[in-house]
Amino acid sequence: MIKQLASRIVNSLGLLLAVLVLNFTLIHLAPGDPVQVIAGEMGGASPEVLAALRAKYGLDQSLLEQLTAYLSSVMRGDLGYSYYFNEPVSNLILQRLPATVYLVVSALALAVIVGTILGVISARKPNGLLSHFVTFISLVGHAAPVFWSGLLLLLLFASVWPLFPSGGMVDVSQAKTGLDYAVDVGIHLVLPCLTLALVFLAQYSRLARVNMIDVLSADYIRTARAKGLSEWVVITKHALRNTLIPIVTVVGLQFGNLLAGAVLVETVFSWPGLGRLVFDSILRRDYPTLMGVLLFSALMVMVANILTDILYRLIDPRVQEVSR
Amino acid sequence: MRTIHTLCFGLMTLTASIGASPVAAQDQSKPVVIQAAQQLRHFNGAIQSGLATATASTQIFASPLRYDDKWNPKPYLAESWEVAPDGLSITLHLVKNALFHDGKPVTSEDVAFSIMLIKANHPFKTMLQPVEKVDTPDLYTAIIRLAHPHPALLLAMSPALMPILPKHVYGVGGDIQTNPANLKPVGSGPFKLIEYKQGDHYTLEKFHRFFIKDRPILDKIIVRTVTDQGAAVVAMERGEANIYPFINGIRDIERLENAPNLFVTAQGFEGIGALNWLEFNTKKKPLDDVRVRQAIAYAANRDFIVKKLMRGKAAPAYTPIAPGSPFEEKDVEQYNFNLAKANKLLDEAGYRANGNGTRFSLTIDYMPGTDEQQRNIAEYMRSALKRVGIELEVRSTPDFPTWAQRVSNFDFDMTMDNVFNWGDPVIGVGRTYLGSNIRKGVVWANMTQYANPKVDGLLDRAAKATSVEERKDLYSQFQKIISQEVPIFFINATPYHIAFDKRLGGLPTTIWGIMSPLDELHWKSN
Repeated sequence: MIKQLASRIVNSLGLLLAVLVLNFTLIHLAPGDPVQVIAGEMGGASPEVLAALRAKYGLDQSLLEQLTAYLSSVMRGDLGYSYYFNEPVSNLILQRLPATVYLVVSALALAVIVGTILGVISARKPNGLLSHFVTFISLVGHAAPVFWSGLLLLLLFASVWPLFPSGGMVDVSQAKTGLDYAVDVGIHLVLPCLTLALVFLAQYSRLARVNMIDVLSADYIRTARAKGLSEWVVITKHALRNTLIPIVTVVGLQFGNLLAGAVLVETVFSWPGLGRLVFDSILRRDYPTLMGVLLFSALMVMVANILTDILYRLIDPRVQEVSR
Repeated sequence: MRTIHTLCFGLMTLTASIGASPVAAQDQSKPVVIQAAQQLRHFNGAIQSGLATATASTQIFASPLRYDDKWNPKPYLAESWEVAPDGLSITLHLVKNALFHDGKPVTSEDVAFSIMLIKANHPFKTMLQPVEKVDTPDLYTAIIRLAHPHPALLLAMSPALMPILPKHVYGVGGDIQTNPANLKPVGSGPFKLIEYKQGDHYTLEKFHRFFIKDRPILDKIIVRTVTDQGAAVVAMERGEANIYPFINGIRDIERLENAPNLFVTAQGFEGIGALNWLEFNTKKKPLDDVRVRQAIAYAANRDFIVKKLMRGKAAPAYTPIAPGSPFEEKDVEQYNFNLAKANKLLDEAGYRANGNGTRFSLTIDYMPGTDEQQRNIAEYMRSALKRVGIELEVRSTPDFPTWAQRVSNFDFDMTMDNVFNWGDPVIGVGRTYLGSNIRKGVVWANMTQYANPKVDGLLDRAAKATSVEERKDLYSQFQKIISQEVPIFFINATPYHIAFDKRLGGLPTTIWGIMSPLDELHWKSN
């Protein structure tokens, strides 16, 4: 297993390099540059100021020169300096990372757990009313654009029924610490987490439903029932584990999509995470920050996929046997 | 030496009167939360302009002067000042008790350093272009020497444009653009920065040694970035935030006006002088013909745009100088809606309609992100110009840099635009019309490529005239020429509004609004 893991890591590094080069090229092909954005937000700037900024940021060099310089600095562990935020990119990422981790992990957990439960419940009576209702909700959740769901939830639960805050990660007007802080973050997390989870909850509930239906028709399940085991034991002890295997696979593959979804959710709810940093960086053509976040995201997706593999083997011992 | 203003103790008297008022009895420890749609790059307003930076910079740094709501300069760091009769120098007499947040005194050396730094680095080059040097004969006197008279300099000494930086912090070598103090600023303003959560919020705390007695009144101000306008409106309604500046969405304005806990006003944006307009590429056919431009102006119903599309929230604009400015000329051709005139002008220009009723086709761009001010008007223009036989294609761009790249490289026929005057016409008006400022690739230079030596001459003379009346006359002539030649069809003043929690007093309603020191802001009740 260790040999396979090492091989995966080496392949991933090559993939990361390809991600860097491709993203660098694509970003620079977009019209406009960061200096125009800076000029725009300043309400205009003289050509001398613009030229000085372009020279300072190396934007007056050829694309190849810029790419070479960037790759060399990344090899040294330096992700560059944000043109817009005037901070090292690594600092920006580290500052914003915890907020995104809270959001993505909680949304993922919510989507997987609730989705699986709904899928399992609806699988027991596939043609029942509950099953059709779950299917309908799943389709609506999956079809609705994430920013639309977010705005709708914001309107309903922050304005019409003001149960949750309208945005941000904490109530900035009150300095809280310890448990109070955690509770404050939790309350602010509810709507963004729900928004992000809704899209994926649909997928997991459908997946769990389909898999559970398939598993429940297996011979060993019939045997378990024939032995007189309760339905609860049949499902949780025998069927669920096999149902989870494809769900775990999908979780690993979905990690990238979750990060992508976080971009819009964080923007709607002013959640100060990496997603909003990406959104702002795109609009501002902040190349170093964008490249840094994309590199980081690619790395996280690769790590997630490797971890998924490991988890897969833990859940299904047959995979480990085949590996041997 | 001619003394223009000396108000040595007026401010102190006012301060004393506030100290005796019910304000003193009200708890001011509750922070005021301001929502900002824009994220700032850093806090140093000496090298960065823009709404987000100025809002912060004006709290952290003091400036030589500040302004009231009637465009009158008032003492600030300079307790008095004199302009030489020949206009070639301005002498500032500084208050003697001003300290920076690190406890060091503010002296004329800091003023001299700041002015030269701003001249070298600020994006608005015309603002301090004639400044040659700043003499400092003593610790509290700074004499600004000019190559020629520069009346705009007084307005340039506003908090939004001339923050005074400590030389011992910002002048210690290295590139000012990457000076760490840009993110950990040290100023002499009423508030000091105590916390900066990048991309989320920053916290300002009362500077207890501020040089104006009993100011600031509030203990704390928090500025929070909210990127979604809908969320910002909800936050105000719920009392999660107390001030929301630079609102220009018509529906948002109306909604907030109906909120029982809020007071909404359009006052406080006269200094910015934001104008919404339609620009023509005067070097492209058929727009190189002034009759075509005039025809388009007559065919666009400004009244409809202002009264219906903007529901009366915006003031109409007719000239390059924003409504409310002392230099605005009202007696100009307004191009009130007149289809018959529009058609006649197009016929005279030789563009007759074909069998389909079409004379020619044009494209129109707009700045993305402000739909009600830009995109909606562009869409309206399509139906408006169709009635005079002009087929209009509306081109969209995904973001600002794409639009800026396109229009600054003259790759457009017409474009909507939103440009600020920035107080004095020397700072933000001339750049759009000067023939010498036609610069490819520079957004908000002279993008229409309009060039008229007479206009250049008028702007140059107005920039140097020492008499206000003379300046008014010269700018009046300038505006009349522009209104005749129509390189731009002016539509409306951008309807910026600001919403305040009704429990607040001492509201910033000077010409610079929220971009001025909030040292008088306080809770009337909380």
